[in-house]
Amino acid sequence: MNTPNNSQPPLWQRVWRSAVREPFTGDRRSRLRLVMNNLILHLHPAQVPARTLRFTYTWGLGGLAALLVVILGATGMLLETAYTPSPDKAYTSILALSTRIWFGQFVRNVHHWSGNLMVIVVALHLLRVFFTGAFRTPREFNWLVGITLLLLTVVANFTGYLLPWDQLAYWAITVGSSIIVYVPFVGTGLSNILLGGPEIGPATLLNFYALHISIIPIAIFGLMSLHFWRVRKDGGLSLPRGVDEPPVSKDENVLTVADLVRPEIIWAIVALAAIALWSALVNAPLEALANPDASPNPAKAAWYFMGIQELLLHFHPLVGAIVVPLLGLLGLAALPYIDSDMNSVGIYFRSRRGRWLALFSVAVGTWLTALYIVLDEFLIDWVGWLPGIPTLLSNGVLPLILLLLGIIGYYDGIRAGFRATKCEAGLSVFMLVFTGFVVLTLVGVFFRGAGMKLMFPWEIIPTH
Amino acid sequence: MTDQKQTPAAPEHLPDPTPRRDFLRLGLTALAGVAAVEAGAISIGFFLPRLNEGEFGSVFKCGAVDKFPNGSVTPFNEGRFYLVRTQEGGFLALYRKCTHLGCAVPWDQAKKQFICPCHASVFDQTGAVLNAPAPRPLDLFAVTIANNQVQVDTSRAISRDRFDQTQVVYP
Ligand code: HEM
Ligand code: FES
Repeated sequence: MNTPNNSQPPLWQRVWRSAVREPFTGDRRSRLRLVMNNLILHLHPAQVPARTLRFTYTWGLGGLAALLVVILGATGMLLETAYTPSPDKAYTSILALSTRIWFGQFVRNVHHWSGNLMVIVVALHLLRVFFTGAFRTPREFNWLVGITLLLLTVVANFTGYLLPWDQLAYWAITVGSSIIVYVPFVGTGLSNILLGGPEIGPATLLNFYALHISIIPIAIFGLMSLHFWRVRKDGGLSLPRGVDEPPVSKDENVLTVADLVRPEIIWAIVALAAIALWSALVNAPLEALANPDASPNPAKAAWYFMGIQELLLHFHPLVGAIVVPLLGLLGLAALPYIDSDMNSVGIYFRSRRGRWLALFSVAVGTWLTALYIVLDEFLIDWVGWLPGIPTLLSNGVLPLILLLLGIIGYYDGIRAGFRATKCEAGLSVFMLVFTGFVVLTLVGVFFRGAGMKLMFPWEIIPTH
Repeated sequence: MTDQKQTPAAPEHLPDPTPRRDFLRLGLTALAGVAAVEAGAISIGFFLPRLNEGEFGSVFKCGAVDKFPNGSVTPFNEGRFYLVRTQEGGFLALYRKCTHLGCAVPWDQAKKQFICPCHASVFDQTGAVLNAPAPRPLDLFAVTIANNQVQVDTSRAISRDRFDQTQVVYP
């Protein structure tokens, strides 16, 4: 090597400069340029309206979801190197994580808990976007992108669930994928393709593995990029507003570095520490090796499908598992194209009346759902009351029509009884239905014991 | 004159007067469509079930006819089925996968019923539903009897709406 040229800075500095593109001096201009010159930071605009930084507006939920994706990617890549996707080796390779591989159990725990947490966080993020009316013009399309991301998050969890190949995995996936069979005409074919055969076997494990480690993560990564890009193109976040505040069109801008980036980093570290602590204390579950000859009793789907499984106990499978969830999803997707009341964007729950109606609807939804579940267990018997009629009609179409009429009646009642605007009444219906779904999920997870009988949580004997 | 000069600069934004260009555009769109369909078909075809000889999904040799007394139910775990011999001496192979949500249904010898542990569906010895939520009887596998030997083909589950005598295979 030549003697270093005195006019040039040392080599390490030149490498560093070439990487960061521009030296950072800390003044205003340099801060603005930093955001544009940095690959990760440039997801942000260089300046943001001060009020969008209010933590109680976004609760940092979108950011937390993104952080979880990063954590899942990092731990997933580690796990991938220790795992064999075949029925005779999968379970032992998971066991080896806790016995032979340094930090294996910890890494598995972080991955497991982050995955489950992500379902909750993404759902909460959807709720906050809904509550603040942030899905309205021009953000309709990003709402659709978001729904797809939520679905992908659930599918990612579902495919990962099978990989440990223990009793829990085997039967939860059996029950979960059997729901697909009820899709009219193509159900069996779809299920055969997904499972690689008529029931779970080596081909299923390989299919799920491929979906879990490449197809779905790549899709999530791509859609997340689209999602972030649209947030910026749609003019940044919707502006938060107090209930009685007049509409705001502009706000004082602050610099992204560091007024936005600093809290982001702090919260990311806090979240990371919380997840690490939890994962150090609580192990991800692992039951006995999968046994295709013996279903446990009760055999439950993964918790995020328990709402649908609970519906299945009450209605004909085609209605309970396919039509109702699909209608819910369609309603969610259509929402920004139906509800375009721009007056309440940025206000939590639309208005003062909206807040009361939301609370009221949560109470009504809780009571009605719980009441129906109990009545259905002991009293209601559509099939018995209407003998000779196909169960699809008596236990499916008929209750479905009653349900839809009930929802329409609720909407009209709220409109007339409380003089609510369309958008407040829409909020009420959403809260009613969403609460119903949450109650179904909770009942499925905590109040169903052997033979799926209704019982109190403390009466349920664990299967393992 | 000026208009004509500008045409080549931004051709896709102006109404296109030449039918040849229309034709090419249509052809390209059609080709792109065909390519997309092909790519889709390849992906789906690639995912289609693949079955291995000797595993579940192939033909099982169950043994001689008189190994199975009338009224008996014999499990074949490898093949995921029960070989049922009716009181009249006929054979049925019942896929043990519950038609409700897919649990493995055990045979209760004392009650002479199949009782699903998952959501309590009950089936009789022919696989017919005695108790919901199962929407239809247990699926069948094709039984063939040749040279007094019983064989069951597990490659395809046959679904049915109810039990009837034509489903029973006699030696
Ligand atoms: C993997 C899942 C997701 C990730 C990582 C994600 C990430 C983000 C981030 C970081 C933001 C910026 C503001 C904030 O944190 O609230 C955001 C905004 C937004 N998200 Fe998501 N999101 C996801 C799923 C969803 C879902 C399920 C929906 C709704 C169906 C949705 C709809 C929106 C909308 C409309 C905005 C703009 C909000 C506004 O302008 O106030 N996203 N998302
Ligand atoms: S799976 Fe057998 S009753 Fe539900």
